Amino acid sequence: MSTITIAGPAGAEKVKAPPLRPQNRQLAILAVLVLVAIPLPLVLPPAQGAVAVRILIFLLMAVGWNIMSGFGGMFSFGHAAYFGLGAYTSAYLLVKHNVSPWIGMVAGMAAAAAAAVLIGYFSFRYKLQGAYFALATFAFAEMLRLVVTSSAFANKAVGFTVPLIPDSSLWMLQFEADSPAYFWVALVLAGAAVAISIVFLHSRAGKYVTAIRDDELAAASLGTPVMRHKLMTVALSAAITAVAGTFYTQYYLFVNPELGFGSAVSIQAIVPVVIGGIGTIWGPVVGAIIVGSLTDVTATLLRTPPEFLGFLQGRSGLDVVLYAVLLILIVRLLPKGIVGTIAARWRR
Amino acid sequence: MSETAQRAALAPEVSPPQKKDRGFLGRAGVVGGVLVVAIVVALLQSGSGLVVWQSVVTGLLTGGLYGLIAMGLTLIFGVLDIVNFAHGALLAVAMFISFGMVQATGMHPYLSLVIAIPVLFLIGAAVHRGLLSGTGGSSLENQLLITLGLSLLLENGLLMLFGAEPKTIALPSDFQFPLLGAVVAGSRLYAFLGAILLGALLYWLLRRTRLGTAIRAVAAHGPGAELVGINVRRIHTLTFAIGTACAGAAAALAGPLVTVTPTLGEQFNITAFVVVVLGGMGNVVGALVGGLLIGLVEQLTTIYLGGQSSLLGVFVVFILVLFLRPQGLFGRRSA
Repeated sequence: MSTITIAGPAGAEKVKAPPLRPQNRQLAILAVLVLVAIPLPLVLPPAQGAVAVRILIFLLMAVGWNIMSGFGGMFSFGHAAYFGLGAYTSAYLLVKHNVSPWIGMVAGMAAAAAAAVLIGYFSFRYKLQGAYFALATFAFAEMLRLVVTSSAFANKAVGFTVPLIPDSSLWMLQFEADSPAYFWVALVLAGAAVAISIVFLHSRAGKYVTAIRDDELAAASLGTPVMRHKLMTVALSAAITAVAGTFYTQYYLFVNPELGFGSAVSIQAIVPVVIGGIGTIWGPVVGAIIVGSLTDVTATLLRTPPEFLGFLQGRSGLDVVLYAVLLILIVRLLPKGIVGTIAARWRR
Repeated sequence: MSETAQRAALAPEVSPPQKKDRGFLGRAGVVGGVLVVAIVVALLQSGSGLVVWQSVVTGLLTGGLYGLIAMGLTLIFGVLDIVNFAHGALLAVAMFISFGMVQATGMHPYLSLVIAIPVLFLIGAAVHRGLLSGTGGSSLENQLLITLGLSLLLENGLLMLFGAEPKTIALPSDFQFPLLGAVVAGSRLYAFLGAILLGALLYWLLRRTRLGTAIRAVAAHGPGAELVGINVRRIHTLTFAIGTACAGAAAALAGPLVTVTPTLGEQFNITAFVVVVLGGMGNVVGALVGGLLIGLVEQLTTIYLGGQSSLLGVFVVFILVLFLRPQGLFGRRSA
């Protein structure tokens, strides 16, 4: 496990270049996790199966955000832009042109990566940092939301409903409701995303990126192509987030501007990583499992609340309240997140 | 005085003029020119002078309110370096306090100022003491995440307590006020005047009182202020509380103008951030001017693009300012 914190130049002295071996160890752990997860939908009751799929969607978003903001140190508050582009590109191609969601997914990844490079280029060119960068990414996501809301070709505020096809088909990414196939597809996508994040972190480019995060000036003075590596990072991050958007739309069969581009989406990408540990490989995994399960706990709580919480019946907002509390507590008490803190203890 | 000291004292005046900087008047001129062009284009687009005039008046009046909200935000940013994502949610809390008071006692909505301001002041102090201070060298991201969490907590707490149905705070006697052909609602005018008055009060507080001097000292150089005996942590708490109280004041003034929902803060929060960046982070007067500008931009965008897109123009301005002049149109580096 590498010693990565989100801290900027202050944490610079702590980062050691990770040797090659941990990469293989982490990939092996990932393989075991995936193997263990494969039979889950056959064992779990259908309702829990849906939670498992939701966890995997959270995981995809979290891994995407973590690459840019954790490894890259560029705090994004606008990942809804990439999620929405993934969701809308695939939905548009499927609904209007009957294109397979898999092709739509690739197109969505390309669109998101292109948008990220464009936004990134201007932000880095004008040297936006910290809060300013976060606000700029937020503004771009909101602008996309507003443009989509007023564009006729994106069905304005209505959004897209994915048409149902009669038969199960992997090519069209549609199966019977409650089919374990949804889980397996999401598992493959999420597993690939985590694997990519592991390989990326340990690659030459990944080392450049963490070096730039820790001290951009020093990295640049040693000849690191700063702009190219930053853009590469945001593109990769956006592409993974777009995959989450595509899968989300195909799984829930619906997307609208708020679900695709709303600021709540950006928050959903951030919260699991913060809880798990920003800039760690396993932080997004742990965070997604916690946040995903929490949404199920609260849903059950609201459906059949115990006596003293009776007033909550039929009210919404409890899930967000719970993860807001969790977010505040983690940031206050475990600023490195769960995984980051455990890793720090382990090394001592 | 030694020669070096003399030179240091003179330094600001003899420092070479920056090449691209056109000076305050120049920048104001550019902004004014752009605005005139925007208004002329709006005139051509709508073909009706009255519509544009009405928009300009409404925009300026709403802008005053944006200015007041942004003043609190900019104060917090300028002194504490905290990007307070919970500002809008705190505004929503104040709106519900105002709504609750009016509902429960039938008092005049503006009278709820007397309660909203001190309550929000206390909430602000509590939030700062309980959540934000004492994190040591807590990174900017962590403070951002805490305020983000707080805003989620407040908004959804309101949602759980009050439900999502929109509520209104009606003025007992609102009136329409003609202004050179435009029609102005009395509530809008009151809100504007109240915002200007409170803005002036805040400016006076910062410029003319001991507390204000201490706040500015802390903003300029924390460790230095500590050295001359200012209790920096206390000033931070007070500043956060004053900034939050601004949101409370704005809420009581704006209550009759909007439909009150738990998430209404979001929209105001976005606008306030734009205003803060436009006016220069930490610049209180800039916030007021920025508020007026953004009010105008919003109304003019509505003429160009129609109802839903008023925020789009605001964001375009935001991005341009962030890229081209991140210290704000009128701001220098700090408060």
